[in-house]
Parts: sequence; structure tokens; C-alpha cells
Amino acid sequence: MSDAAPLLEVNDVSLVFGGVRALTDINFSVERGELFSIIGPNGAGKTSMLNCVSGRYSPNQGRILFQGRDVTRLRPNQRCQLGIGRTFQNLALFNHMTVLDNIMVGRHHLMRNNFFTGSLYWLTGAQREELDHRRAVEDIIDFLEISHIRKAVAGTLSYGLRKRVELARAVALKPDLILLDEPMAGMNLEEKEDMARYVIDLNEEWGMTVIMIEHDMGVVMDISHRVMVLDFGKKIADGLPEEVMRNEHVRTAYLGEEAASDADRNERVA
Amino acid sequence: MAGHATMRCGEFRTSYRADTTIFPTPMSRNFALGGVVVLLLAPLVLNAYYLNLLIQIGYYGIAALGLNILVGFTGQISLGHAAFFGFGAFASAWINNSFGIPVILSIPLAGLLTTAVGMIVGVPAGRIKGLYLAIATLASQFILEDFFARAEWFTGGSSGSLANSISLFGYQMGTDQRYFYVVLFFVVVMFLFGANLLRTRDGRAFVAVRDHYLSAEIMGINLTKYRILSFGISSFYAGIGGALYGHYLGFVSAEGFTILLSIQFLGMVIIGGLGSVMGALLGTTFMVLLPEVMTSLVGTVGDLLPGLSQGVAYIKQMAIGLAIILFLIFEPDGLAHRWKMIKAYWKLYPFSY
Repeated sequence: MSDAAPLLEVNDVSLVFGGVRALTDINFSVERGELFSIIGPNGAGKTSMLNCVSGRYSPNQGRILFQGRDVTRLRPNQRCQLGIGRTFQNLALFNHMTVLDNIMVGRHHLMRNNFFTGSLYWLTGAQREELDHRRAVEDIIDFLEISHIRKAVAGTLSYGLRKRVELARAVALKPDLILLDEPMAGMNLEEKEDMARYVIDLNEEWGMTVIMIEHDMGVVMDISHRVMVLDFGKKIADGLPEEVMRNEHVRTAYLGEEAASDADRNERVA
Repeated sequence: MAGHATMRCGEFRTSYRADTTIFPTPMSRNFALGGVVVLLLAPLVLNAYYLNLLIQIGYYGIAALGLNILVGFTGQISLGHAAFFGFGAFASAWINNSFGIPVILSIPLAGLLTTAVGMIVGVPAGRIKGLYLAIATLASQFILEDFFARAEWFTGGSSGSLANSISLFGYQMGTDQRYFYVVLFFVVVMFLFGANLLRTRDGRAFVAVRDHYLSAEIMGINLTKYRILSFGISSFYAGIGGALYGHYLGFVSAEGFTILLSIQFLGMVIIGGLGSVMGALLGTTFMVLLPEVMTSLVGTVGDLLPGLSQGVAYIKQMAIGLAIILFLIFEPDGLAHRWKMIKAYWKLYPFSY
């Protein structure tokens, strides 16, 4: 694998549910270290695209290459081992587990103890492994500022905190590529600012390549390196945030004139 | 905040090791150790009746913990647990009788054999869930019952098979007093294994599969593997429990392992608390003692109200049914949860939280 090859390459991917064409001939690639956003109206196929990459759906046509390797037909748990992690749009935490255990599940594929060595805890090194991973998890807990709730049961937390725990769990996978499905949906301004900071830190300090679906155009334009726009399952634009903003198709399909003028104002302020 | 674990005053943890112990506080650990010591002395003071009850709680408790790993932790229903329990009983007797392997070894071997059978039955579980899985396990219950009746080489068919009593280093453990220690040993070991399993990687994977299987898969957990593994481990516990049962009674016959016992196992797990190691033991204790308490209660009242004593059998059955219904309504999280509440009450008094 050469360094020149993109981290993720999506070639001619189409996805069909019965008569509905969720995705039609999508092509894009994401370079290592990029912060890549996917935007588009509701039902445009953004989450379907992410599901194809993470392995929930398998496309009817086309190929997905990750680190130069064809992953199109791999199970989600196999892709996770290769270094693809994700969060969900609608929360998907393990609601009856503590926050700590939720994040420890993220270490699953990095741990080696099994039901037998785990049962013999003290004799087989399972304890040592658990504690090593606990340390790594505590770093993530520190980073996302959730140390006050580490013993709380995930299902009892507020929405904003659950979103953060879910991000922590995805980070615990130690992925090369992290897929964030609307990380800021339903948050107030302050929480959004925090989340945006976490995403940037993940990208710059933790060295993770990020693909993010987000509706908040202010955030998308501010932090993304590149933006792809989907509409009715088709890609209508792909490029730098400013370029995409000026694109005629995008304005009519998604932003509408009002939102477009908002974006102009954002640009002026910046 | 609701989720905060309440801790005793003066309880400071300064290492992750201290934060991952089985027992939350040194106090609770000492209580558990003290309990084991008290039990070690039990055969010296208790009469045969009470010892018999304790031994029953022991072997049913091991099987109930197995079912709790499957139903409570992995979230998969099973209506065939009694069949695995019975398979363990026959298997241990068979291994001992046909190969002359000592009973102390044939018990774990029977556990392994039951694991294999459980994993075969668990294969459909990789594909089906909920009510459909309930029916699939029900089928396995009847298939195994039929197998017990027909496979004379293995079970002795309708006449049943003899299970020798256990002997250690030429020392017969056949009496209740001595057998009690064998059962206690297995209970302690199996519950320690269970508690360890559930605080490490694969235990978390089970709970993850139960709580949200789609995101569990994204977290790198192979769903099919863990669903089948859960059946295997659950059957292992059932097999060990069954083997202990067989060697205790000295005789194993197919009639004891019907669907009724399967339902009783489910009752133990639900009353004790789904998803709690301790709950399996609490629920079993409850289910074993309830009929006895009812009998003695009816015996006492029977003196005052003649005619009641003929109805003891019915009253026992109804009491068990009623207990399950009352638990489902008032304490769906089981005795383990109630126990936690009681502990929290003591720690926090006079505040409510």
C-alpha cells in the first residue's frame, strides 16, 4: 500500500431498496488526515452512504476500498478491526451498561482475553489486560470531559451526554477512519461548540480521518476540509467548502436562497 | 445524579485495580467470605433436612447462573434449560459408568459434553430471536427428552441410570454432610468464574449483544459467535449442575427434566434478577425455600383449620405462580435489585438519595 493511495475510496456505489434508489453511482475518496463532510437534504442518502462504508448495508453495485483493500463484502465487525469506527444518528448506546463499560466495549477488538482466560481473571493476565485498556479508556474519558459520569448507567443520561459517550465509544475503537452521523443534532449552541472542538481535536491531535454528516451549515463550513453534497441519492458536488457553497446546483437543491445568504454572512464574518 | 454509585464514607479508590473488584467494597467482600465460612460449618450443626435444601440450592443455583448468562446477560430466551441440566446428569453417570473415570472428573467432563450439545442447539440462535428462538429451544427440550427415553446406551432408557457417589482420594463423599462440601466447592468456583467472565471482555460483549446488537457489531463483536458461545457457556453451567444433582440422588431418570423444570429455572432467574450473578443464587434460594415454607406454614395453620392440609400440594403450586406474578409486577428487576436498594437505604439514611 502506497502512501499516495487515499484512505477510503468509494467507486460507483449504488444501493437499491426495492424500487427506491437510495444511492446512484457514488464516487468519492477521502485522503488520510482529512475532515470530510457529507451534506444534503433529508432522504438524500447520507446515512445510507455511511452504512455502506461501515458495513450495515452492502451496496448492490460498486466497490469500497479502505487502505487499498476491498472491504465491500466484509461484515461490520471485520471492518472495525481494519480501523473503521462510527457513531449513530439515533443513539445506539448499550443502555443498561455504565458509561465506562460502554467505552470498554469499544476496546473489544483490541483485547485478547476470552471467556476462558477471562473466567480465570487473576491467573491468565486478563486482569492486566483489563487494567491496561482501562488506562487507555480513561484518556478518552478525560479528553471528552465525561469523567463525572463514568459510573453512571448510560440510559439515564441526557441526550447531549449520551452523544458524547457514543463518540467516546467510537474513539475507543482506535479507528483510522471515524464516521460521525450528525454528531451535533439536537444540541444547543454551547454543546455544538464543544462537539466541534472534539471533532477538530480528533482530527488534528488524535490523527483520525473524519467523515461527518451534519446539518448545521455553520459548523460544516467552518471545520471541514472538503464537503460532498448528495441529493436524491446522487452526488451533485464535491470540493472545498467555499466552492461547494458557490455551486448553483447546491444552492437550489439544498441550501435555498435564504440559507445561502446566511452562509455568505458567515463567510464575511470569518 | 441517578447513575452515581453510592459509596460508603471513607471508601477511597486510588487505583483502577481497586475499582474493578468483584465486590464493590471490602465490607461486602468480607461478608461473602464470612458467608462461605459459615457454610463450611453448616454440616456440623444442621440436620439432614436443611442440608438437603442447601445442596438443592447449590446445584440448581449453578444451573440458574448459566441460564442467567444466556437470558439475563445475552438477552436470549431459552425454554430448554432443564434438558441440558438432565443431559449433564446422564452424561456424568455415563462417563463414570462406561469409562471408569472418577466422578470428580466426570462432572466437569459432563459439563463439556453438555456445552457441545448446547452449542449445536445454539446454532439457530445465530439467526433467530425472541419468540422464534423460544420455540426453537422448546423443540430442543422435547428432542432431548425423547433422546433420554430412547438412548438406552446413554441413559438406560426408561429404567434410568445409576450414578455412583463421589469419592475423593479413596474417601467416600456419599453422605449429605460430605457431599455438601463438594457442592459448595463447585458453587464457589462456578460463581467466581461467572463473576470474572462478566467483568471482562466476553462478558461485556454478551451484554452489548443484548442491549444493541447492531452497534455491538459495529464495535467489532461477532454476533453469531457470541450468541452461540452464550448457549455453550449456559449449557456448561447446566451440565455441571445436573451432574451434581445426579451424583447426589444416585439415580437419574428422564422424568425429572421436563419443561416444568425449565420454566422453574426461568422463574429463578427472573425472581433473582435478570443480569445479576448474585441474583441467580437469590432466586434459586427463593424458589427452593418457597414450597418448604408454604408446607410448614400450611402445617401450622392446618391444626387450626382442618381440611387445609389436604390442599398443601395445590397451595404450593399456586404460591409459586403467585410469587412470579407478584415479582413481575412489583420488582421486575428481581431480588438482586431489592437487595441493592436495601443496602443503599442503610448507607444513605436518613436521606432518600
